[in-house]
Amino acid sequence: MSRHLKRDLVILVCVALVVAWANGDLKDLLGIPGWQSYAVRIINMCAINAVLALSLNLVNGFTGQFSLGHAGFMALGAYTTALLTMDMAAKDRVFFMTPLVEPLRNLTLPFLPALVLAGIVAGLFSLLVGVPALRLRGDYLGIATLGFAEIIRLIIQNVRKVTNGALGLKGIPPVVNLWWTLGSAFVCYLMLRNFLASSYGRAFKSIRENETAAQAMGIDLFKHKLLSFFISSFWAGVGGGLLASLLTTIDPVQFKFPLTFQVLLTVVLGGMGSLSGSIIAAGIVTYLMEFLRVVEETHYWGSITIPGIPGLRMVIFSLALVVVVVWYPKGLMGDRELTVAGIKGVLGRVRQRLRIKGGRPA
Amino acid sequence: MQLSMFFQHLANAISLGSLYSLVAIGYTMVYGILRLINFAHGDLLMLAAYIVYYGRGMFHLPWVPSILLAILLTAAIGIIVERSAYRPLRDSPRTTILISAIGVSFLVENLGLVLFGGRPQPFPLPVFFDSGSAQEIGGVRIENVTFAIPVVTLVLLYVLLHIVHRTKTGMAMRAVAKDFDTARLMGIDVNRIVATTFAIGSALAAVGGIMWGMKFPQINPLMGMMPGMKCFIAAVFGGIGNIQGAVIGGFILGVAEIMIVAFLPSISGYRDAFAFVILIGTLLLRPTGLIGEKVAEKV
Amino acid sequence: MILDIRGMKMQFGGLVAVNDFNLSLEHGELVGLIGPNGAGKTTVFNVITGVYAPTEGAITLEGRDITGMRPDLVTRLGIARTFQNIRLFSRMSVMENILVSLHWRLKSGVFDALTQNGKYRAEEASMQSRAMDLLARVNLDGVADSPAGSLPYGSQRRLEICRALATEPKLLLLDEPAAGMNPAESIELMKFIGRIREEFGLTILLIEHQMRVVMGISERIVVLDHGVIISRGTPREVSRDPRVIEAYLGVEKHA
Ligand SMILES: Nc1ncnc2c1ncn2[C@@H]1O[C@H](COP(=O)(O)OP(=O)(O)OP(=O)(O)O)[C@@H](O)[C@H]1O
Ligand SMILES: [Mg+2]
Repeated sequence: MSRHLKRDLVILVCVALVVAWANGDLKDLLGIPGWQSYAVRIINMCAINAVLALSLNLVNGFTGQFSLGHAGFMALGAYTTALLTMDMAAKDRVFFMTPLVEPLRNLTLPFLPALVLAGIVAGLFSLLVGVPALRLRGDYLGIATLGFAEIIRLIIQNVRKVTNGALGLKGIPPVVNLWWTLGSAFVCYLMLRNFLASSYGRAFKSIRENETAAQAMGIDLFKHKLLSFFISSFWAGVGGGLLASLLTTIDPVQFKFPLTFQVLLTVVLGGMGSLSGSIIAAGIVTYLMEFLRVVEETHYWGSITIPGIPGLRMVIFSLALVVVVVWYPKGLMGDRELTVAGIKGVLGRVRQRLRIKGGRPA
Repeated sequence: MQLSMFFQHLANAISLGSLYSLVAIGYTMVYGILRLINFAHGDLLMLAAYIVYYGRGMFHLPWVPSILLAILLTAAIGIIVERSAYRPLRDSPRTTILISAIGVSFLVENLGLVLFGGRPQPFPLPVFFDSGSAQEIGGVRIENVTFAIPVVTLVLLYVLLHIVHRTKTGMAMRAVAKDFDTARLMGIDVNRIVATTFAIGSALAAVGGIMWGMKFPQINPLMGMMPGMKCFIAAVFGGIGNIQGAVIGGFILGVAEIMIVAFLPSISGYRDAFAFVILIGTLLLRPTGLIGEKVAEKV
Repeated sequence: MILDIRGMKMQFGGLVAVNDFNLSLEHGELVGLIGPNGAGKTTVFNVITGVYAPTEGAITLEGRDITGMRPDLVTRLGIARTFQNIRLFSRMSVMENILVSLHWRLKSGVFDALTQNGKYRAEEASMQSRAMDLLARVNLDGVADSPAGSLPYGSQRRLEICRALATEPKLLLLDEPAAGMNPAESIELMKFIGRIREEFGLTILLIEHQMRVVMGISERIVVLDHGVIISRGTPREVSRDPRVIEAYLGVEKHA
């Protein structure tokens, strides 16, 4: 136990040092410059996408309740964070058509409480949605949550006094850095891991495995589905808040169904029911999204113009989703987790295979 | 509000309702047989509209061949989608197939963006449906398209009901919808029936898409998204798996939508939310829809 | 008297699955419920456990009305069941399957579990040892960490019974536990059921398809056919009842 603790501490300190380096915190102190802003931005996106995928996986992968409403809860979190962190001057600049309602206009909070409130607002709305919707199952639940997300989005688009309607919000303070994004991902992961390893987590999984049997063993289905949905939406709200601060502009169109699609894709790719799978897939999807950006942009090489093809990235990703679902329905990790022992085991097997090969007479 | 104004709205409402009905039939037929929400169904509507657009604009085909081509190609695409993205998953959990369907839908939409470009294109109109051509009936001006859509829908509905209730294939379809496994045991070629169902549903979506283009003559690769969603909702509202239900559901949804926008302009910003409210209300209060049968789950 | 079912009728649409069903169970009894395919046996279980609310009639558990109560609440009051078609949590380990049944007694809250604080860890440890203890008593402790779905059929049946026991029931409902077993395995299983009944002080209602299997173990047998009780009494009495013989012969003729 204590040896593990020591090991974990060492790893944590090393990671913290690297983050500090990347974030540019060592510049004043040691004169070491931070990483390129492009790299930092990708890591930020990876971390945010990891939060989103982990939280969707909790409901879809671990509790077996097919939700397609993530974008709605992200929107709530994004708007909450934006409205609570922008100062009055910034708000007045944006709300020139319809003024912002009073208590919100001159209310400005530090980032942390704003982010937590973003999660709580999303979580509370998830209860409103979940109480009726979680009585449904399977595809009907999916389509109903999708509908609720769209309703949330349309409300945001129409309540101009609070959200500035279709014009969206600009000038959101760019507070987030690697500490915030990676920190959130880390806390989210720890929280879900602990929870899933607990008796509550087992109750969630039993509902996924067989609802009738779980209920017959005394599990209150509704309470646990709602709990799972709440925690998931809380983190969707936090993810939305981080995103708002990273992008500094948000509008209702961003939070349409394609946003949920991207998170769903990540979860399926990583494996429904695997936390580490979601994190790995978030990294892959985010990186590819950036990497493949080139194919959509127009390039000029001297006199040669290579036109970009907008939409090609999503063609690739949606094709990838279908291919994964049809041929590798378990995704990268299935419902297993990446563990130190697991990696050692795989390495050992590889080594053994190599040895056998090497031992064979040529 | 003037009476003539009301009839104007009513005509539009009936027209939109018929369009929804036509597309909703495809959803309901597929759901009835595979218990699958064919997310990509709405996007077929877009494909058909573009096929006509290119048939007319690029290949200068006459109207009838380009429409027939659109219907045939869309039906073929429907079959291909089923074959490649749904059939391999037939024994998987239903949500897995749903994810596949969502993937196909995004694939088709984005392929549309890549191939056709994101800019909306003007849909070609036959002279008869040109925006100027309209009929005056008792002071109410009804465009020819608005009038034609319900007529086409009714004719197709009649043909479809004939197929489903009077032909051998239709009988087999109903058998498969009632009990997939038993139908298979009874020697029905289930795969052929499923393919036929997709072909018919997709062909109807194609007609829907072409008429959509004529009524709202601006087409773009994402044009099928919202109508697709709404028509599925119409099918659920009417009672999923039931053709008459889909027609009634589509009709009511279309009429209600137009009327709300016309008479309650203050909430017209929520026009697209209205369908979802109906969906959620139906699922919670009467999951079998207006005219669906109750199916209890056995333990 | 532990369970009392009065005038129960269960109708699905036009189909009356069970009609005018009366049965009371005394503490510690083992009663067999038999009948041909589709007689309505499983439906009786589903009504007792609250999966369906009966069309008519009332069910009381130790004097308390439980008619139409939600299944998880019925379980908490002391009725546990197994399923005719095994319904284990197959991707979870054998151990976890048992732990799920202990969840409803958990005192730690959500926050304790999230933080894995001392209170939670203590409770988790006692749950683990209780589960291990139960597994040992049904000889499944050796496979505690295997996925439940990977067990051989017979062990899955035993695990399902063990999982039901873990909810600490007073009354255990077993739905064709010997289905799919050969005669030797069936006899073994019946012995096992007799043993746990003694050890846990249970009342048991046992559904069986074939009379032979329950003859030796039941004090009383109730025979259901087409939703109505056609005979009841000791195994000897029932097996000589011409109506029972006819019901079963009728089935065999059709089969
Ligand atoms: N949820 C339901 N909806 C409609 N009919 C049902 C339902 N559950 C059971 N039935 C019907 O009730 C009748 C009794 O079924 P039940 O499962 O109780 O029989 P059983 O005695 O357990 O038969 P078996 O020996 O095959 O398990 C059957 O005709 C069955 O089809
Ligand atoms: Mg039964």
